[in-house]
Amino acid sequence: MKLTKNYRYSIVALVAFAIFLVLANSFFDAFTLRVFNLCAIYVILALSLNLLNGFTGLFSLGHSGFMAVGAYVCALLTMPPELKEMNYFLVPIVPFLKNLTLPFIPALLLGGLAAAFVGFLIGAPVLRLKDDYLAIATLGFSEIIRVLITNAQTITNGAQGLKGLPRFATTYAVWITAGLVTLFMALLMRSSYGRAMKAVRDDELAAEAMGVNVFKVKVTSFTVSSFIAGVGGALLGHMITTIDPKMFTFLLTFNILLIVVLGGTGSISGSVIAAIGVTILMEALRFLDEPMNLIFFRTEGLPGLRMVVFSLMLMIVVIFRQRGLMGGKEFSWDMLRDAGAALARLGRKIRPRKGGRNV
Amino acid sequence: MTLALFLQHIANALSLGSLYALIAIGYTMVYGILRLINFAHGDVFMLGAYVAFYGTALLALPWWASLILAILCTSLFGIGLEKVAYRPLRDSPKISIMISAIGASYLIENLAVLLFGGRPKGVVVPELLGRVVAFGSVSIVVVSLVIPVFTFILLAILLWIVHKTKTGMAMRAVSTDVEAARLMAVDVNGIVSFTFGIGSLLAAFGGILWSFKYPQLNPLMGVLPGLKCFIAAVIGGIGSIGGAVLGGFLLGIIEILTVALLPTLSGYRDAFAFVLLIVVLLVKPTGLLGKRQAEKV
Amino acid sequence: MSEIMLSTQGIVMKFGGLTAVSDLNIEIGKNEIVGLIGPNGAGKTTAFNVITGMYSPTSGAVRYKTKDITGCKPHSITELGIARTFQNIRLFKELSVLENVLIGCHIGIGTGIFGATLHLPAYRKREAEARTFAMELLSQVGLDGVAREKATSLPYGKQRRLEIVRALATRPTMLLLDEPAAGMNPQESRELMDLIHRLRDEFDLTIFLIEHHMQVVMGVCDHMYVLDYGVTIAHGDPASIQKNQKVIEAYLGVE
Repeated sequence: MKLTKNYRYSIVALVAFAIFLVLANSFFDAFTLRVFNLCAIYVILALSLNLLNGFTGLFSLGHSGFMAVGAYVCALLTMPPELKEMNYFLVPIVPFLKNLTLPFIPALLLGGLAAAFVGFLIGAPVLRLKDDYLAIATLGFSEIIRVLITNAQTITNGAQGLKGLPRFATTYAVWITAGLVTLFMALLMRSSYGRAMKAVRDDELAAEAMGVNVFKVKVTSFTVSSFIAGVGGALLGHMITTIDPKMFTFLLTFNILLIVVLGGTGSISGSVIAAIGVTILMEALRFLDEPMNLIFFRTEGLPGLRMVVFSLMLMIVVIFRQRGLMGGKEFSWDMLRDAGAALARLGRKIRPRKGGRNV
Repeated sequence: MTLALFLQHIANALSLGSLYALIAIGYTMVYGILRLINFAHGDVFMLGAYVAFYGTALLALPWWASLILAILCTSLFGIGLEKVAYRPLRDSPKISIMISAIGASYLIENLAVLLFGGRPKGVVVPELLGRVVAFGSVSIVVVSLVIPVFTFILLAILLWIVHKTKTGMAMRAVSTDVEAARLMAVDVNGIVSFTFGIGSLLAAFGGILWSFKYPQLNPLMGVLPGLKCFIAAVIGGIGSIGGAVLGGFLLGIIEILTVALLPTLSGYRDAFAFVLLIVVLLVKPTGLLGKRQAEKV
Repeated sequence: MSEIMLSTQGIVMKFGGLTAVSDLNIEIGKNEIVGLIGPNGAGKTTAFNVITGMYSPTSGAVRYKTKDITGCKPHSITELGIARTFQNIRLFKELSVLENVLIGCHIGIGTGIFGATLHLPAYRKREAEARTFAMELLSQVGLDGVAREKATSLPYGKQRRLEIVRALATRPTMLLLDEPAAGMNPQESRELMDLIHRLRDEFDLTIFLIEHHMQVVMGVCDHMYVLDYGVTIAHGDPASIQKNQKVIEAYLGVE
């Protein structure tokens, strides 16, 4: 197989990133490492939502529900009995769950499968609905899931949530998962099935007329997306080590939607870049909410400013550059080269060469 | 349960239902014209309540003047919202405009947190409305009685506008077929603005009356009622004003009575609305009073 | 008498109070080219939609060869061998020319999501075959040069041709064309007529077409049905239809 220049660049970049990963794990302080790993988790979550919205054209707002299912199932399977007893102090846990403990990877996969199963159950009836009705129905289901979790005291410990989860979501765990999910998405979108999904997005009726079983494609997309979201939720839970129903509100879905829109629906690299960018920015802008000590005056914290900024960003992108950062295309080294060339041209226009001639 | 208690619940249910109806109408009118779920509508409701509050608290206006100020400001805000966040996306895929609506909603909520502060504010209920009236062994706050009455008056005016004026006819034309209406020289943009103005006006009324009945304001107070009222509009038949009213009342009654009669389920109270929504969407998506919309192949 | 490929019995299609199609009875034999004409709004596209499963008829039946396909899902009907194009071009806007055609090949590739994603050998083979087939089809209509272009970047006439190629990729035995000559000048219409004949001969197809271009219709069709307000007012070969009084009235109005 001939290795083109672009291929070589990509391999070099990958190796460089792997080295960076090892260094980060050893040298970043706890806080920075946590933000770094959060980026990976948001990459996973953004890709799972993009699969639905950007690639299959299904506007679903129920993502946080699937994350919750994945997080809770995984948590319940990884917590040793003593930890469960400590947590369930109000009402004891249901007996058969008490002594059920599994190693991380099976628990993670089961969390994903549980979310996928819920996705399948919800998808079958709901995917027949049109755009906005689909959005509201999925939002509704996500809220129902949250209410159920809050009330199922003996299974989920209700509003108290689960604390002290084993910290299984290490740097390598989350970034390798992110890598696998990205690889999966890339392979899927290059395949005939990914093509069929895009056709369903572009024109459902025409796709059906060309022999694509549109309903089956939609349900499959929904189920796979839910699986990945469940895995993402489980990783999130095992990184933060606490989960409770209040974590999985619509705000969480909104944050992921924000990332997908900013990065560009229908672009895998867009989601990856935006996930990393937004996660870092969210942390960096946290100072906006805190009291600021500027040289001449103090301001009290301006809580809400951070989210104002992000909401504004979302709206500006959606109104003026609907295709998002990547414009629906994937990142390629050629893009960088073209961008570099364009910048060089711009530079030459601003500063003409010696002799006064513009080249 | 005694008869007295039951009647009290009924009164409660009717006033809650009226409030839901007022807000639901805004959703349904906007959806009827633009096929858009205005996620930010619940936040407009919140703004109405806050402007009225600041009118009294900051500007020391009498409550009825604050009311008028709030109504005006909120209507204008609604019109402005449409111009900025929705009009540019009229020809874009539906998903974009929905995202804009969600973004606008979060923007307004967080601006409110920024400007008004996140801590709840207590509303001073006008003396006349805060009085408790007794009918035998049933005691009801005056505001609970005023709300349904007010709602019906507003509703009557709205229906008169929609069915007896030229503007109303234009509204009905646009909601049936935008292109045809445009061809008939209807100023579609103007009608859309008008619709948003009225919807926001009604939401403002709802917000202010709500704050008299539940006198605590917080920036997120519009979220849950907004969602529930949208559900009410869907249940009643999205696009139909009568449907919105019906849905609003139904939801209010179901909510109050279910909690009254089955108190153990109160934790699930919020889930009811969603369950009802999904059932309606799956069984009869056009709602109780709505009409079918077919897509041309 | 050649084999009957498609027949309908008493198709009625009502939308609420409006009867779009009433009592449609057609028979199309193998390798025939049959026309469906009539003034705008006569119910022609509705008839197509019923036949291809997009609408379930209010009453009546559709038969493909001897199989009853009334109300079957559109994708199953396509799998059986009936493909169609649309009145308003419905290409996949974000996909390239080649990818559009490859969607037509989707039934042929047939692997599930895992086989496809993992690029298993069976999948790779079928995908390669599909690509070769798609490129061949494109070259037949002169579109192979633009295979990598976005479908919507093509001029109108080429987009129409692409839609036909996409339908051909489903390896149909029967092709339904909805106003293929719309917006074409006389030169293009002549090329289209040649294309239709070629399709019938080289791909062994039976063709049913809706068309307003009288030149095209009279030039290619073996026989045709005439609809007016959903009612079949005439049926016959081009010569007799041209002289039919009711048809003339329907198109030109009564004096």
